[in-house]
Amino acid sequence: MAPVLSIANLRVSFPRMEAVRGVSLTLRGGETHCLVGESGCGKSISALSVMNLLPRSAVRSADHIRFHEHDLLAMSERQMAWLRGDKIAMIFQEPMTSLNPAYTIGSQMAEVLERHRRASRRQALDRAAELLARVGITAPGMRLAQYPHQLSGGLRQRMMIATALMCDPEVLIADEPTTALDVTVQSQVLRLLRKLQQEMGLALLLITHDFGIVARMAEHVSVMYAGEVVESGPVEQIIKAPTHPYTRGLLNCIPVPGMTKPGEPLGSIPGGVPHIGRGFLGCGFRERCPMAARECAEPVHLHDAGEDHFYRCRLPPDWKLDASP
Amino acid sequence: MHLVFYLSTMLSFIFRRLWLSALVCLTVLVISFMLTHLSGDLAASIAGPNATAADIAIITKNYGLDRPLVVQFFDWAGHVAEGDLGRSYLFHVPVSGLIRERLPVTLALGLTGLIIAMLIALPLGIIAAMREGSAIDRGIMLIALLGQAVPGFWLGLLLIVLFGLNLQWLPISGIDTWKGYIMPGFVLAFSAIPALMRLTRSGMIEALCADYIRTARAKGLSTTTIVLKHALRNAAMPVVSITAVQLGFMLGGSVVTESVFAVPGVGYLAWESITKNDFPVVQAVVLFLAVIYIALALLADMMNALLDPRLRI
Repeated sequence: MAPVLSIANLRVSFPRMEAVRGVSLTLRGGETHCLVGESGCGKSISALSVMNLLPRSAVRSADHIRFHEHDLLAMSERQMAWLRGDKIAMIFQEPMTSLNPAYTIGSQMAEVLERHRRASRRQALDRAAELLARVGITAPGMRLAQYPHQLSGGLRQRMMIATALMCDPEVLIADEPTTALDVTVQSQVLRLLRKLQQEMGLALLLITHDFGIVARMAEHVSVMYAGEVVESGPVEQIIKAPTHPYTRGLLNCIPVPGMTKPGEPLGSIPGGVPHIGRGFLGCGFRERCPMAARECAEPVHLHDAGEDHFYRCRLPPDWKLDASP
Repeated sequence: MHLVFYLSTMLSFIFRRLWLSALVCLTVLVISFMLTHLSGDLAASIAGPNATAADIAIITKNYGLDRPLVVQFFDWAGHVAEGDLGRSYLFHVPVSGLIRERLPVTLALGLTGLIIAMLIALPLGIIAAMREGSAIDRGIMLIALLGQAVPGFWLGLLLIVLFGLNLQWLPISGIDTWKGYIMPGFVLAFSAIPALMRLTRSGMIEALCADYIRTARAKGLSTTTIVLKHALRNAAMPVVSITAVQLGFMLGGSVVTESVFAVPGVGYLAWESITKNDFPVVQAVVLFLAVIYIALALLADMMNALLDPRLRI
């Protein structure tokens, strides 16, 4: 499949920090690509950069951000607005605050179609009811007349998903869509997203901090750490043979079916995400890395670890942690 | 089904607010009675500086001022409840007639002031919020600061000198034509603009930072829709409340403005009756302005309930 969205060497900086440092990724049509990492690693900022929805204090630059053959970097805010919600839709983590408390569900859904398709209110509400039914909301006609505060968190997130699908987008960016939900509801919403992605042939860029979700949902994964993609490749291959010490650490923290032995304690990565200021060089993970060496303070390049599988570390792909000190 | 539910919650909301308003009205009735009766010997003030002790005794007797305060209060309150606000000592006509006669002038002036204030304050507040921290924002805030510092009567006199005497564009007093409303309306508006503008600005700044604005942008909506539909409606609630209060201030503040521009409204009546010790009129005007305040607050609450569905329950 040809890439629908491709980002090359994206950098985003704020006055006091470098949030994203040279991220490249490719999203193919009909595939789910997970962006995984701890909070503060730059995954949401990368996603917002694509939509040009960064806070005003952020400075964005890149070699290119392409949607098909259109360069999003060259687009004016007005041109971007016509693309957003139509070809590229996005849903957010907090279904509570992401909806306007003053307007009904129907109004907030219908306005997307009215804007992008010049649909009448009637047509737009019909489409909204159809999509609400599709995301598993019963009595859609009644829901359209309700306000966000009258719905549960799970219903609100389903409604957000339905709103994002109003114009049949090609790309859906979902920024931790289930993090704020109850565990039982999380699972339902993920199943729904997976189902819709396959039925509608969406290219889904799913942001999460949970490798369990990656394993369930995605074909492709990019692991981010301290503003960089440290490893990227097919999910199956990365779960089977993680290469970057950070990816290995992350996978050690969660139970993976068929990989984790019963009774064996789960791991954790000591320390926290470093603050990356201007002029930071080398591997961002070196302070927490069990294999850190002096050359880790120098710029690290990408290495191949198999077909479509890259990692950013000086070590060979089959490195082993030396057990004897 | 939905409409029935909506109407029933709205009605119960209105009844609860009406009940509260009635209680406040009663409190104001008691206080306005107390204040006039505590402000000194009423009989002596009515009789004037040259009256003898015998005159005062007669007045005390005639006006029933020798009765216990409680009896006097219920007598007065009973009459007020029937719409009888007493007779003016000065004009020898019923007070209610005096107020009714002058009320349309004051209301027209207050509304003119309100419209001018909103036309200036809302757009400037919104623009300042959209350009927060810029030179435009700072300039607008500087105007607000100046507006707060300038007293209304002084501005009124300046305007009279400039537009009335030098340029002769507008009449310097009276309301014989609609042009007579412009200067006093602007002076009234001027006092309300800074508060309205600041509140619009701060409300819009807060609303524009909200997550639902990011959602609206992610939906690709136009800037106009985002600002005027999604942000303004959420920023509007405190603005509506302060607008009601400001209209109350304008109607009350028209005492000064109406006397500067010689506009024959309720405010001018109040000023006349205060200077001439016409107590029934003073008492009635105070009560009347208080009721207007309460009515405006009630109106603001109801408009807020229309704006924010979460308040209706």
